[in-house]
Amino acid sequence: MADVTQGVPEANVTISRPGIPPVVDLEDDDSLQSDMMTINMGPQHPSTHGVLRLEIKTDGEIVEQAIPHIGYLHRCFEKHAENLSYQQVIPFTDRMDYLAAMNNNLGYVLAVENLLEIELPERVEYIRVIMAELNRIASHLVSFGTYGMDLGAFTPFLFAFREREEIFDLFEMTCGARMLYNYIWVGGVSHDLPAGFVEKTRSFLEKFESKIEEYNDLLTYNKIFVERTANVGVLSLENAYSYNLTGPNLRGSGVPWDIRRAEPYSIYDRFEFDVPFGKGEMGTVGDCWDRYMVRILEMGESAKIVSQALDQLPEGDVLKAVPRNVRPPKDVECYFRSENPRGELGVYVISDGSNVPYRVRVKSPCFTAMSVFDVLCRGHYVADAVAIIGSLDIVLGEIDR
Amino acid sequence: MYQLAQELVAEVPFLQGIPVMLVRVLLGIISGALVLTFIALLGMILVWMERKVSAHMQDRVGPMRVGGWHGWSQTLADGIKLLLKEDIIPAAADRLLFKLAPVLVFAGALAIYVAVPFSSKAIASDFNIGVFYILAISSLGVLGILMAGWASNNKWALLGAMRSAAQVVSYEIPVALALLSVIPLVGSLSMQDIIAAQDGGITQWFIFRNPFVFVGFFLYFISSLAEVNRTPFDIPEAESELVAGYHTEYSGMRFSFFFIAEYGAMMAVSIVAATVFLGGWQAPWGGTFPGGFVWIIGKGFFLVFIQMWIRWTIPRMRVDQLMYVGWKVLTPASFVCMIGSVVWAFSAPDWLDKLGSVVLMALMAVVLALLLRTAAQGLMEGRSQRASAA
Repeated sequence: MADVTQGVPEANVTISRPGIPPVVDLEDDDSLQSDMMTINMGPQHPSTHGVLRLEIKTDGEIVEQAIPHIGYLHRCFEKHAENLSYQQVIPFTDRMDYLAAMNNNLGYVLAVENLLEIELPERVEYIRVIMAELNRIASHLVSFGTYGMDLGAFTPFLFAFREREEIFDLFEMTCGARMLYNYIWVGGVSHDLPAGFVEKTRSFLEKFESKIEEYNDLLTYNKIFVERTANVGVLSLENAYSYNLTGPNLRGSGVPWDIRRAEPYSIYDRFEFDVPFGKGEMGTVGDCWDRYMVRILEMGESAKIVSQALDQLPEGDVLKAVPRNVRPPKDVECYFRSENPRGELGVYVISDGSNVPYRVRVKSPCFTAMSVFDVLCRGHYVADAVAIIGSLDIVLGEIDR
Repeated sequence: MYQLAQELVAEVPFLQGIPVMLVRVLLGIISGALVLTFIALLGMILVWMERKVSAHMQDRVGPMRVGGWHGWSQTLADGIKLLLKEDIIPAAADRLLFKLAPVLVFAGALAIYVAVPFSSKAIASDFNIGVFYILAISSLGVLGILMAGWASNNKWALLGAMRSAAQVVSYEIPVALALLSVIPLVGSLSMQDIIAAQDGGITQWFIFRNPFVFVGFFLYFISSLAEVNRTPFDIPEAESELVAGYHTEYSGMRFSFFFIAEYGAMMAVSIVAATVFLGGWQAPWGGTFPGGFVWIIGKGFFLVFIQMWIRWTIPRMRVDQLMYVGWKVLTPASFVCMIGSVVWAFSAPDWLDKLGSVVLMALMAVVLALLLRTAAQGLMEGRSQRASAA
């Protein structure tokens, strides 16, 4: 890896923002005795989105440095995976990014299937895409809701959860679980779609368009919200590349890069959808508002994919291709990347020929997003640090694993 | 109060012979107790109301269990719980200041009610400097907040307290200037005199008498949101940033003092707005039927409801944006209002004055109608959705 400090601004750099006077550099003034204040934000803090501890060094209310301390949710996922059969690992993947468990299932299962080289029934592929995209909507809803709450608007949160609840009802009627599904299996899915699922999903999608408009009315174009997020936490494209950001965070910086489009896996090449990216509509390209807006637009795109998938949904047996015994060939390995709601989830699986993986390694999109946090919040207010961490949309379960 | 004491001594048989001073002191104690009860009850009602308003805005129902009817006694139960909780003072805290702070904040909120006229007679003390007193005493609370933040020995609390001090100091100026736009029209600072000057129904209310006062009312309302730390200006206790701001370390009854004081202050600024701009305890058609108390509390509750509506709709501002709005928008605008209202009052010809008030009333009616329409639409949509979901 290249020099990691490349692109990191100096600690006392003055960041110019329109309408706001530049930060006064107290170190130039010898008559003032000024110490930095260290604030400990978390692990029990309302807006760290999980058990994250941030050590923030501030000059008054200006953040000079932010050091994230992670690991409070470490559950030895990778070590567990070395001691469990391929199928038994799936429930553990649920618990990484617990807001998008379907997508995690899918990423891992696709990697294992790649080792096995099995043919899947068409119906399974469609069901998987439907579930993954519904879960993407649910995940972005949480992101939208909590972001509003980070900025002091409580109502969008409950509005978002209202719709998320309906998605969870769909999941519940399919596989019985509402959050951690263990639904996508190697070679298939655990249950076929129940009677009434298609109709219920369609009626949800019909309503959902107008709900997004409601969110936009309530929060997206709210003057205060725009003031709080535009030109805040600007992630330049260079930084986004050098910190290996993926998913909505990268797209917010103006690159329409989406694995579903760039190297389609499963059957994503059969659907028409746009890849939204940040255009700097309210401020600079790559600011918090752009990242936020990418997620809002993606919900609409996911809804499009789901409704196309429902139209094309073929009949078939979802358990036909599920192998009794998962034993990939000896000494094969696979790195598979898929588009999670939070970015590019990379799953690296090595097989030693037994029914237990030799090694499972996960490349977490949230981890890279977390690493850029310090760069983004330097020179901003403490309140902006909250806005920035919300806009990066991290899930600690996935960072720590 | 002195008048009332004299009347009582003169007219009530068994009081005759008792010195007027003593009756006056007794009356003071009684009215103090009444105000204390009032603010405590009000706090409970407002907390319940806030929970209900927010719940219905967010597709929930809020508290429904305690006490039977729509959970009316939920806050009563919560209050008892808070009373019974352990009284915790952090080891590193400044014990004296830590204990004093909630008392001071509560006293600040309580003392405003001394000069609040509930009807033509019911006022604890009709100072001749009523408005001035209210402006002065309402900033007492910030001392308590500073104390709480400092004494807690907690960085979040300190940040919250510092923000609060800066905020209240800045927003006091537009509040005072907006209120001052009315004072020259009355020629008195006494609350009762201000209400008396608005005698004769809705057309005589100051808000509709003068376009500058009309704007001044909104400036006052916005600035008073900052005075009582309500969204979008609730940065001193910004939950997602500062945990709970200045009262992070407080729990139990001490915390509930802050809580009640906040709601007391909300109602107080609303009642002051009602008094100065909306005719106080007078009915819109003149007179006071069915009672001055009903009218002023009703107007107060309406404005508090608007405050809640705002709180559950919009996000919070950042500390520098707050200062920007305070110093560069509200303060100059309220200056213009103050000068403009005097100029208008003394130089506008009669026909312009009348036309102005008609236009202002029409404007207000349109705004209210639009708001109600939006609210009704939301309500109907919610109903139909619930019906289709069920």
